[in-house]
Amino acid sequence: MALPEKLVAEFDQMVTKYPERRAALIPAIHRCQEELDGWVSPDTMEDIAEYFGLEPVDVYGVVTFYPMFRTKPPGKHVVSVCHNISCDLRGAQGILAKVCEVTGAQVGQTSADGKFTVEHVECQGACANAPMFDLDGVYHEDLDDAKVAKILGGLK
Amino acid sequence: MSTHPTYLLNRAQLADSHTLEVARKDGAYAAFEKILNEGQDPKAVTEVVKTSGLRGRGGAGFPTGLKWSFMPDASKDTRPRYMAVNADESEPGTCKDRVLMREDPHGLLEGCLIAGYAMGLEAVYIYVRGEYRLPYKRMQEAIDEARAAGLIGKNILGKGFDLEIHMHQGAGAYICGEETGLMESLEGKRGHPRPKPPFPAGFGLWGQPTTVNNVESIFNVPFIMTHGAAWFRGFGTEKSPGNFLCGISGHVAKPGVYEVPLGITAREILEEYAGGVWKDRELKGWFPGGSSTGIVPADLIDTPMDHDSIKGIGSMFGTGAMIMLDETACTVRASEVLARFYDHESCGQCSQCREGTQWLNQIFHRIENGRGTMADVDLLESLSHGMTPGKTICALSDAAAIPTLAVIKHFRDEIVEHIEKGCCPLKGGTGTAPATDRTEVHA
Repeated sequence: MALPEKLVAEFDQMVTKYPERRAALIPAIHRCQEELDGWVSPDTMEDIAEYFGLEPVDVYGVVTFYPMFRTKPPGKHVVSVCHNISCDLRGAQGILAKVCEVTGAQVGQTSADGKFTVEHVECQGACANAPMFDLDGVYHEDLDDAKVAKILGGLK
Repeated sequence: MSTHPTYLLNRAQLADSHTLEVARKDGAYAAFEKILNEGQDPKAVTEVVKTSGLRGRGGAGFPTGLKWSFMPDASKDTRPRYMAVNADESEPGTCKDRVLMREDPHGLLEGCLIAGYAMGLEAVYIYVRGEYRLPYKRMQEAIDEARAAGLIGKNILGKGFDLEIHMHQGAGAYICGEETGLMESLEGKRGHPRPKPPFPAGFGLWGQPTTVNNVESIFNVPFIMTHGAAWFRGFGTEKSPGNFLCGISGHVAKPGVYEVPLGITAREILEEYAGGVWKDRELKGWFPGGSSTGIVPADLIDTPMDHDSIKGIGSMFGTGAMIMLDETACTVRASEVLARFYDHESCGQCSQCREGTQWLNQIFHRIENGRGTMADVDLLESLSHGMTPGKTICALSDAAAIPTLAVIKHFRDEIVEHIEKGCCPLKGGTGTAPATDRTEVHA
């Protein structure tokens, strides 16, 4: 295994922003996850470690510390429903239930057809527009059941 | 709506306010250019910020100018020095820096340039929480535009001043909003806060002098430099000058991010800006400044929103993010949600926090679900006293314990009622049911 050349070229640019190369580690893991099927596989962690001159366990320690990084492949679409206080007060549990109903996925799991992964996440900083979820990196705010059905029902 | 004068969000009202063209027409970078053209003494710039009385908007309320002045004297300490702009914004209830970065990125960059000039910085890193993809994109585009216009990089505007400004993406951990956790994370490590001392001004990023400032704090700086410290002190109170961005969320008719002067009463924000409690209901309680600031009861709603006044009612101003609970809300449920959050976010270094947050989470969960005992109330209290104050490397432990003590102080009867009835009295059954049982899904 080796990292795609395109990513290596990006990393070569990224590391120039910092006095120490390792500072680019987290942004680099993000790019790997975005480009390599939405997760960070053990092979990818080894490749990243090699690029940065780190031990694989150093990369593993970082990947598993940060909630945004996945160590399992997700479905085609990822729905991250905020369940912190401001969203909870405005019905996040109901939104989560509706998301599960529409997608056929349980919380923390991927639907049988591999189309959706549903998860709950802590505060996303959209409290004045609660309840909300993040769908594939885009915020959807001021949700109600009808909006949830419309947004997720139309996805391929 | 009230008509208090504003300055922070004025530019954000313009179409395409995030572009250099619109921002410059509105006066962006003028304060920085003036400083650069006049070759002002960097120490004098810091002095103006100090005199303005600007207090950090990230939660602690520490005077920004004073923080800047902690950076070692450049003539004696020639190490490269850095600023990290804290755009992690992950305190529940807080959603203001997102608006500034998305709508007025050049305003923040101008603040960074002035800070860079005042402190002789090598580079500024804007650490944005990973989930904020649009604000990150807007900021990066603004940096690219400003660089092309000769405002960032080497020999800025031909005046021999150099400053790099870089975006840096986090990956979703509350603890990285703590300044030393942020620095560890920026160095590519797990966000484990560092013991202090040494303080960042002496030993920060890569062991070099570093200052960590919140987005909104830095955003205020160009206005202070344009109009002067005395002008700034015309807003807010004597000890907490200026306007602030109040994110108000929860059970209100019009949640939002509103620009208001410090010292305005919480009632005025609730009623005049946020349209009052939703559904014609009564207020039960409110968090003055984010989830880490202890809840206070409705009858304290006439308290002015400034650092000292909120401290006076036994809570904290924090980020000024008000979270409102109406009469149907359950304070045990709210406590459970927050305890779960702190349990999830504890970095695990200190046992008081690692274990304590987990215990608080489990205890609130069983009380909410009708399995609590009277001994649990005492346990919550004694646990919390073991977690605060100052017993751990950073304040996350305090952030979990303080709201726990506050809910016991102000809403003990509600906790006891849960225990005596063996269920949550606000939803008429046992078991954590969907919140829709209690608070209708808002359309």
